[in-house]
Amino acid sequence: MAEKENMTQKWQQLLEQSGPILADGAMGTMLFEAGLQFGDPPEVWNVAHPDQVRAVHRGYLGAGSKIILTNTFGGSRFRLAMHNLQERVAHLNRTAAVILRAEVDAAGTGALVAGDIGPSGEILAPLGSLEYADAVAGFAEQAAALTGGGVDVIWIETMSALEEMHAAIEGVRRVSPDIPLITTMTFDTRGRTMMGVTPEQAYKALSEWGAAAIGGNCGNGPDELLAVVKKMHAVASPDTVLVAKSNAGIPKLVNGRAAYLCEPQEMGGYSRQVREAGARIIGGCCGNTPAHLKAMAEALGVA
Amino acid sequence: MSEEPDLTQLPDEELIQHIHDDLYDGLAAEVAAEVNELLRRGWTPYDTLTQGLVGGMDIVGVDFRDGILFVPEVLMAAKAMKGGMAILRPLLAETGAPQIGTMVIGTVKGDIHDIGKNLVAMMMEGAGFNVVNLGINNDADKFIAAIHEHQPDLLGMSALLTTTMPYMQVVIKTLKEQGLRDKVIVLVGGAPLNAAFAEEIEADAYCRDAAVAVETAKKLIAIKRGHP
Repeated sequence: MAEKENMTQKWQQLLEQSGPILADGAMGTMLFEAGLQFGDPPEVWNVAHPDQVRAVHRGYLGAGSKIILTNTFGGSRFRLAMHNLQERVAHLNRTAAVILRAEVDAAGTGALVAGDIGPSGEILAPLGSLEYADAVAGFAEQAAALTGGGVDVIWIETMSALEEMHAAIEGVRRVSPDIPLITTMTFDTRGRTMMGVTPEQAYKALSEWGAAAIGGNCGNGPDELLAVVKKMHAVASPDTVLVAKSNAGIPKLVNGRAAYLCEPQEMGGYSRQVREAGARIIGGCCGNTPAHLKAMAEALGVA
Repeated sequence: MSEEPDLTQLPDEELIQHIHDDLYDGLAAEVAAEVNELLRRGWTPYDTLTQGLVGGMDIVGVDFRDGILFVPEVLMAAKAMKGGMAILRPLLAETGAPQIGTMVIGTVKGDIHDIGKNLVAMMMEGAGFNVVNLGINNDADKFIAAIHEHQPDLLGMSALLTTTMPYMQVVIKTLKEQGLRDKVIVLVGGAPLNAAFAEEIEADAYCRDAAVAVETAKKLIAIKRGHP
């Protein structure tokens, strides 16, 4: 019980501070830089190369991030099953949380540990083949491992279907009725998600479902996400915590590797724009490095 | 449900219109009944496919391309289309109807995303193509083996991750080394890609979405077969 109160308290304390809250940047981009190969699930590095994962977390803590995500984006059994690792959900997620917990506590900056839950990669029935109940169970399994490893909040991200988001929320709530939920969807298709959800629809559903913070992540770059924040802000109640975690633009192939087009300075500018548009939690998704986050921290005046 | 019209009383062109509308609304049972009615009237399986199903999916494709329909509606339409295809496929084989084309498609090595790729596969089937779907996480060897086995007109590669998209270049290089590059039209797609990337890796085209993939496939095949 004390644990639960602690989680909610830490989240409240973070919100009580005035001004914008800096989230972190990309994990996958950084791990591929560090040598993660094609075909290797990043989550395995929590166990195989924990020092590399720690180094990424430390980079963001050093840049001033106050919410750091665990390296568990593809840590649900749906995603791990693609690599025949579905039996390692508990181990990989718990380890990720423990690693990040230790880094955050050592830094002592008051940052929160967010357990990252990404989409299943499947479409729910009846359109697709994943049954709703199975989706809930899979997300609950991942959430149990993350909370068991000591995360402060859960961050469900990159969702495109409301049904799947609902399944993820229900899964989290099955194992933790109180943990604060940050929820972001990806609006990368003509201002909507791939499944056709508008920012306004997402806001309405997610606020009804009890999310502590709502917004957008990933996608085609800062301008796209700025529009999402504006649309959500227009319909959001004043006390809503809005979230923006944009990719650093669309990548270009340079010497056989994907390179993102937005320089740190540009992402600094983006952070100020989304702040003015009403976002409170601001960070970067794919392509953002600690240098980008540092530029955002400076632009937001939270460095 | 409104009262069902008696299909047998409809003129052909209205029946075709019904197929188009019911595909658009994803009504599988209705589409199947209408396909059967056309066949009963003596329509060839090929005409039923092209004017009925493909014609209907063209409309779905255009509205998807234009942002009027989104993935859920297209999936429903594709399911209805599949029901109609199940009736026609054995008949088409029997009658030796002309092949529109064959596509081998897969998500590249390291990438386990398949929603977008499956959508392309369904829309291509909707357009009458024979589609060999290799699924996710395909290395160059798997693509090459499938090209040898199925002799496709088109190779489609998909990647959702910036970290996996460069692998498309590896596949294209392997095609060249094995003298297969000129045998297939290579289409690439996926959220982080763009036309410049496709050009750089020497694919034939980048397709922004499933509807564009179908249009591009038809266009490039026509050019290749010498009747643009």
